[in-house]
Amino acid sequence: MIRQLRHGLIAGLVAGVLLGGAILGGFATASFAVRPDEMLSDPALEARAEAISRDIRCVVCQSQSIEESDADIAHDLRVLIREQLKAGATDDQVRAFLVARYGDFVLLKPPFEAKTALIWIGPFLLLAGAAAGIYLFYRRVGRRETAPLDAAEQARLDKFLEAHDDHPEDRSQGGAA
Amino acid sequence: MRRLLFILPLIVLAALTAIFVLGLNPNHDPRAIDSPLIGKPVAAFTAPPLADGQPGIADSDFTTGAYKGQVVAINFFASWCVPCRAEHPLLKKLSAEAGIPVLGLAWKDKKEALQGFLDELGNPYARVGTDENGRIGIVGFGITGVPETFIIDKQGIIRDRIPGPLSDELIATQLLPLIKDLQK
Repeated sequence: MIRQLRHGLIAGLVAGVLLGGAILGGFATASFAVRPDEMLSDPALEARAEAISRDIRCVVCQSQSIEESDADIAHDLRVLIREQLKAGATDDQVRAFLVARYGDFVLLKPPFEAKTALIWIGPFLLLAGAAAGIYLFYRRVGRRETAPLDAAEQARLDKFLEAHDDHPEDRSQGGAA
Repeated sequence: MRRLLFILPLIVLAALTAIFVLGLNPNHDPRAIDSPLIGKPVAAFTAPPLADGQPGIADSDFTTGAYKGQVVAINFFASWCVPCRAEHPLLKKLSAEAGIPVLGLAWKDKKEALQGFLDELGNPYARVGTDENGRIGIVGFGITGVPETFIIDKQGIIRDRIPGPLSDELIATQLLPLIKDLQK
């Protein structure tokens, strides 16, 4: 009975992983818009073209790369990139060519410069600020000391404890006075 | 001082709200990013004419040819482009009010369709060049679509780029003052 249950569980897990993989795989292939006729016959060049395209913004669709976009201009840029690679341009030369025409905007990852520094290090600054705030807060809480009770307060406390002591035997056994 | 700390989240919220409201502004065009080509000479290109015997458009027109020493506008358009139809009457207006020739570059268009478009709506262009595969627009001018308009100064240097259709307001507030300045 238990063994059957365990087999059932394992089968379910395997099925789940396979299904999840299939769904993810489906998404991954569905998100590429490269048309077969665009592809270069040289697999090394084609791989470079695709790697470059993944980081080039489709200028009319804002948040998609030209690798993922079906827009006409994305197609044009993919073809342009492949032509340049075939003509012997380096990856950096291809990127520079696009930046010269469309600006840094065309790069999905903005370059690290003075004016973009905040984009890159901003999250880390926020994180460091939050960490410092938490550290300071807890350091202060840890340091907080309570003043010792004076004689009158101690007497009130003892009286209160005595009055509310439901288990006097525990106290006597424990030796606490 | 501690009080201030308590209203800090409120201040942050107000700042974020302001940023989001500004981002939702319908007049904010995220495409309107300054082209890196502004301030650069027009790239080398040759656009064949619409029909044999007519002049086409080439970069040399601005530096040594017919439009040397003149401020001109280049308008990328296409017969298949709906906003171009809306913009069309404004091109004649721009040409008349600014006193400059407007040159048309037909982007990714067929000559027959183009001729039909100009026959139907009239031809506001001093010259029409054809860019059938779209390479002049993309490689030479970095356009993202049509219509787009460029202002070229007397030395053949790109001085302004307007992505999207022109409007009366844009011509009056942005283009006319700029052109007047460039014509000095």
